This record gives sequence, structure tokens and C-alpha cells, in this order.
Amino acid sequence: MRALLIRDLRLAVRAGGGFGLGLAFFLIVVVLVPFGVGPEPSVLARIAPGILWVAALLAALLSLDRLFALDHEDGALALLATAPLPLEGVAIAKAAAHWITTGLPLTIAAPALGFLLHLSPQAGGWLMLTLALGTPALSVIGAFGAALTVGLKRGGLLMSLIVLPMYMPTLIFGAEAVRRGSEGLVVTAPLLFLAGISAGAIALLPFASAAALRVNLR
Amino acid sequence: MSIWEYANPRKFLATTEPFLPWVFGAAGLCLGVGLIWGFFFTPDDYRQGSTVKIIYLHVPAAMMAINAWIMMLVASLIWLIRRHHVSALAARAAAPVGIVMTLIALFTGAVWGQPMWGTWWAWDPRLTSFLILFLFYLGYVALWEAIADPDTAADLTSVLCMVGSVFAVLSRYAVNFWNQGLHQGASLSLDREENVSDVYWQPLVICMTGFGLLFLALVLQRTGTEIRLRRAQALRARTERAQA
Amino acid sequence: MMPDLGRYAGPVLAAYGFSLVMLIALVWASARRARRVARELALVEQGRDG
Repeated sequence: MRALLIRDLRLAVRAGGGFGLGLAFFLIVVVLVPFGVGPEPSVLARIAPGILWVAALLAALLSLDRLFALDHEDGALALLATAPLPLEGVAIAKAAAHWITTGLPLTIAAPALGFLLHLSPQAGGWLMLTLALGTPALSVIGAFGAALTVGLKRGGLLMSLIVLPMYMPTLIFGAEAVRRGSEGLVVTAPLLFLAGISAGAIALLPFASAAALRVNLR
Repeated sequence: MSIWEYANPRKFLATTEPFLPWVFGAAGLCLGVGLIWGFFFTPDDYRQGSTVKIIYLHVPAAMMAINAWIMMLVASLIWLIRRHHVSALAARAAAPVGIVMTLIALFTGAVWGQPMWGTWWAWDPRLTSFLILFLFYLGYVALWEAIADPDTAADLTSVLCMVGSVFAVLSRYAVNFWNQGLHQGASLSLDREENVSDVYWQPLVICMTGFGLLFLALVLQRTGTEIRLRRAQALRARTERAQA
Repeated sequence: MMPDLGRYAGPVLAAYGFSLVMLIALVWASARRARRVARELALVEQGRDG
């Protein structure tokens, strides 16, 4: 499993692997927002947590359709299916690679980008924490969506339609936690739900992803 | 693969088709009686005025929107476990009906809230949950449409239905959490059990029965259509292969 | 005949109108599709047996 993980990481970091793309997209979306809603600091500061979370969702979505598709196209996925590593392990390894190359950089970059949206440093801290707790769920849910659509020629849009509604609970609890935290309110409930969703997704979704991969490899 | 691939589909059609007109008729009767009674012969509510009449559409539609998804979930499980094609096709057949029910629930819910909330749309937790349910329906139907091989499509959409169900329930709680501050104690009571007195309750039950019968009739009819469609495609594929 | 809907006539009628239109459209579309597919199947079966 570690070998698969390292291979995917190396592939992602190489040219054309899309490593920086997620971050660049994140930056672009954040830059677009003030053009859309006006530069007034108080407005931006209020919507910043939500905007950053939504931008993180969309950036995570970007690198998802290549998660299994590239390997499927050249037959590597079929080989992986016959390897001693169970497909569930493949799914987890792929999701982990996705998180390391997309979710983790997003989490680290978010407070800096929040600075552009007048996000307070305190809120920035909460943002990092919630993203750290929530982005693993995004990767695992995304892997499920990618597994479902791996056989389709242009499955990217369909995958987004399937995956984005499943992102909503994570988004709701994540953004709400940042909002409450920055106002000094109690934040345990949303954080617990956020962590719970991630934990549950990591524990259970790989089975669904593996089932979908098996169906698509038939 | 000579005549029908499976005995099941043929028996399904033979059993259900004679009853179809009756089920449709019963549905029409209940809906007619229920809606006419509710619309013309019930009083206005003290607080909600004549908008209370929307209850006869909103509540049954909302119930069926959820019941349709549950039926799809059960049918998907039966397909995954027992591989009855009729089950998979029934799930596919039910989805558009569920979508229409969801849209009716959304529209009537929003419109019912307008006099109370002063806006044509409000991110009320229940309405928002139905909006999310609508999105899950869309994804499900889109996946069916996108995949060429029927068995693969049945498998993948079944898995999606199961996972989607978990997330739909999760979203319900998340949305409640998200919007719990607003509209608490709203005068708009969308829970049928709460304070619906007999005067409203009786036509409401008839309407709920009517919507349920309509759902049943439509799903039976549409499943039959899917079975025929599948058979036509299979036959065509066979003749193409024979000629090749 | 029409009950006095008061100032809520708009919303109530809109709700009923939308719902009835949707339901009728659904029933009609389902029936039409059923007929079309039945015809198609009959054609294919005929071509096969004939």
C-alpha cells in the first residue's frame, strides 16, 4: 500500500501531475470573489470562511477524475485488482495520495489566502483546524465518486454532480465551526460532527469505492 | 438467452398489467375526492388563512418524495443481493416519480412559506433538505443515463443509492444544525401529526392515499416499460451479433 | 363556487396549478413512453420471428 501511495505521489508531483493546480485554482477562486461581491472588508470578512471552504471543495474536485481514470486507461487498475493488495486498500491509498497532494496543501495555504479576504488570524486558525479535519473526508468521498465514474469518457461533470451533494455535511459543519470559533462561541459540536464524518467516511467508503471499481473492471 | 432472459420479468408484466387501470383509477378517485374536499370544503386556518389548503399537496408529495427514495434503496439492495432484474429496473423507474414529488414538495413548500416568511424562498431546514434530496435524485438518474451496460449501471446506481442514503440522512441533521437559529417556532407547521385537527386530517389522509396509489401505479407502469425496453435492446443486440 | 381565498389566492392557486400540471405531465409522459416502447418491442420481435 505504501508503494502505491508513494508512486501516486511521485506521479502527481511530476510535471503534468496536477500538484500545483489545486492550489492555483484555490487562489484564483479566492481572488475572483472580491470582484464578484465588492471589496468591502466587512462583507469579505464575514463570508471568508464559507468562501474558503467552498473553494477548497472545488479545488479538491479538480484532481479527482484522474484519480483512477489514468490507471484504468492504461490497464494498471486491472493489474492492481489482481495484486495481493485488496481494492479497498487501493482506494484508501489513492485517497491518501489525493489528500497529501490537494487537501493538505489547501489546509496550509488557506489562512494565507484568508488574509486576502480580511479573515481574522483567529478565524484563520479555526479554518486550518476545520480544513485539516474535513479535507480527508473530501478525498475519500471524492475517491468514491471517481470509482463510480471511472469507466466513463467524460465523467468529470457527472462525478461533480454526485460528489458535491455528499460534500455538503462536511462543508456545513466546517464552515459553521469556523464562524462560531471566530466569534468565541463553543465549537465542540460542529468539530465533533466534522471529525466524525471524516472518520466514518474513511472507515466505510473505501468498501463502496472498491465495490464500484470491481463493477467497472468487469 | 432465447425468449425472455428471466422468468421474473414476464411474470411481473403478466401479473401487474391487468391491475394497472384499476390502480390508476383508484389513485385518481382518491386524489379527486381528497383535493376537492380539501380545496372547496375546508375552512381557512386562523393564522395561515387559505394557504392551509396547500397542505393537501405539500404533505403527501413530501412523504412520497422520501418514500420513493426508500423504495429505490430497498430495490437496490434486493438487486445487489438477489440479482432480480425487475428490482433494479423498478428502482430506475421510481426515480423520475420521486423527482416530480420532490419538485412539488419544494414548490408548494416555498409558496406556502411566502406569506409567512415574506420571501419566495427561504433556507428553512426542511425545504433545504428536500433541495438536497432533489440533487441526490439528479445524480442517481444521471448515472443511470451515463452508463451503457445495463447490469453495470444497475450495480453502480445501487451502490450510489446506498451511499447517497447515508449522506442524505446526514445532510438532514447537518442542515438542521446549520439553520436552527432561524424559523424556530415558525407558525408554518409542516409536520402533519402536530396540530392538524380532524377537519383537515380526513381529506389529508385521502390525499396521502391518492399520492401513494399514484406512485404505485406509475412505478408499476414504468417498470413494465423498462422491462420491455431492456428486452428490445437485448434482442436488437442479439440480431446485430448474429449478423456480424 | 370558488372559495374565497382572500389575499392568499396567488400562492394557493400557484401551488395547485403547478402540482396538477406536474402530475398530469408525469402520467401522460409515462403513458406515452410505455406505448412507444411497447410498439418498439413488437417491431423488434416481429423482425426476429418474421
